[in-house]
Amino acid sequence: MTQSNSRDWRDLWNRLTRTLHAGWEALLARRWLMPVLLAGGFLLSFAIPQFGLLDQYVQLILMYVGINIILATSLNLVNGYMGEFSVGHAGFMAVGAYIASILTVNVFPPGTGAWLFPVAVVAGGLGAALVGLVVAVPSFKTRGDYLAIVTLAFNMIVKSVIENIEAIGGPRGFLGMEKLTTLPWVFFWTVFSVWIMRNLVYSNFGRGVLSIREDEIASDLMSVNTRQVKLIAFVTSSFFAGVAGGLFAHLLQFINPRAFDIIKSTDILIMVYLGGIGSIAGSILGASIYTVLLEILRPLGLWRMVLMPLVLVFLMLFRPRGIMGLREFRWFVPGYDLLASRLWREKRTEGAKDATVAS
Amino acid sequence: MPLLQARGVTHYFGGLCAVQDFNLDLEPGELVGIIGPNGAGKTTIFNLMTGVYRATQGSIQFNGTELVGKTPNQITALGIARTFQTIRLFKDLSVLDNVRIAHYSRSAYSPVEALLHLGRYGAEERRITEHSMDLLAVLKLDGYADELAKNLPYGLQRRLEVARALATLPRLLLLDEPAAGMNPAEIGQMMEFIRWVRQQFDLTILLIEHQMRLVMGICERIKVLDFGATIAEGRPEEIQHNPKVLEAYLGEEVTA
Repeated sequence: MTQSNSRDWRDLWNRLTRTLHAGWEALLARRWLMPVLLAGGFLLSFAIPQFGLLDQYVQLILMYVGINIILATSLNLVNGYMGEFSVGHAGFMAVGAYIASILTVNVFPPGTGAWLFPVAVVAGGLGAALVGLVVAVPSFKTRGDYLAIVTLAFNMIVKSVIENIEAIGGPRGFLGMEKLTTLPWVFFWTVFSVWIMRNLVYSNFGRGVLSIREDEIASDLMSVNTRQVKLIAFVTSSFFAGVAGGLFAHLLQFINPRAFDIIKSTDILIMVYLGGIGSIAGSILGASIYTVLLEILRPLGLWRMVLMPLVLVFLMLFRPRGIMGLREFRWFVPGYDLLASRLWREKRTEGAKDATVAS
Repeated sequence: MPLLQARGVTHYFGGLCAVQDFNLDLEPGELVGIIGPNGAGKTTIFNLMTGVYRATQGSIQFNGTELVGKTPNQITALGIARTFQTIRLFKDLSVLDNVRIAHYSRSAYSPVEALLHLGRYGAEERRITEHSMDLLAVLKLDGYADELAKNLPYGLQRRLEVARALATLPRLLLLDEPAAGMNPAEIGQMMEFIRWVRQQFDLTILLIEHQMRLVMGICERIKVLDFGATIAEGRPEEIQHNPKVLEAYLGEEVTA
């Protein structure tokens, strides 16, 4: 009696998982859904604050999630895809945050802030990219632990430089920004950043980045200009860290050097390794889960900082490459790339058919 | 005019002389072997030719261009490709990507076009992908295009390394122990394969090998190295009976 009962349950379970799997596959096959979802999301990002669909606190968390997605994806480019170990990502974020804030507060004429906000964010990104160029240079010579030390030092330098410039508030921080970072802006910048970095990954240069992770010497010997690739990867990565910094500053309306110390860099590292190295979907997941989980666990107070590291320890033990490590959500892979070998085969059989018809 | 001309190439690791006064002329279309005991400096010569190391002294000219001082990717773009003694594929990438990476220097789109997926990006990606697939098909690897390189059996990994090298469109191919770890039957296949590749792709080949059967069987000319110095050079039959070579490999004969 109990035996047949358990078999029934197992049947039911198998049928359920099979149905779910088939449904999931059918959903993934509908690639056109992605632009529709993105357009819907964009409209929603306007509607939510306009009609107060979600309370202010949840909106704030959503914006943090967006900013953290930009940070995690951009760090993944260097740490996950290229296999370097940069631990100073918050340094680039600081550069972007301060440049954007100085522009909107001190440089732009009063009242134009809202219009010129994208300019300030881009300028912050460009400033960070320029600094990224400088950090790329030691990466030509050093790898692994040594590059980690260089980037760690870089993060400390950025922090103490800001602390010692009185004109921008020194250690007291910088304030006076309007709250220009809104849900639509965060949505736009998140989608834009992820799209650009996805494009880079699925290009000749992106494959160069991957080959550096796999074997730098072999990569160089297969004609990959490794210096050029490293420059592109570091500059792109730091540009978007700067963008995230600009958004962050105009969300909090107050920044100080301590907000961009090694702890912040560690947070971003955790998101990357939690979500999975070498995966854009992983970075989105990692940033979302980490940000939301920290908020959900807030009532635990100090215990939160015990629980989160424990989660990480277990993750590293059982899934050392993170949730999505080296795997990608199918919608993020360009259609042509996904089908490359199949398209080639189809074309070839067609060619063969034509040849037989002709003869 | 020789395709590759090495003159007085000498290389030191600290105080150790790894290669001493190495000279070589490679005519287009030749198949030449370098042999010698372990540590004789064979792989170092490949590393000097491909720019991994910079020669302490001497000059290496390829097609009239000086190679000493150039970076590996520049040298590969000029038309020298190589394989490795221990397989160095991009293990966690697909077979197709392994070959597509080798198109780096010949892809015609800029980083900006790559970031936006605009302009020449689409057409170039198609060209690179189709060329890579064609190449895989010629080497009978097209069925594995979407596999990760690390999942291929050993023999196919060796072949993929050759495919990847050929994708850089070389004129000179350097093979570092192509038959390492192979059984006699596989060595026979490898000999056929090397001959076929040379003809199919109109290549000049320089190879390092310990398997005497392969070296003696396919090389037209052989150079023998010991402790960085060239001790003999000639056709396979000449090398086989050269007393200096026998000494290097087997030790000096005891005169009783």
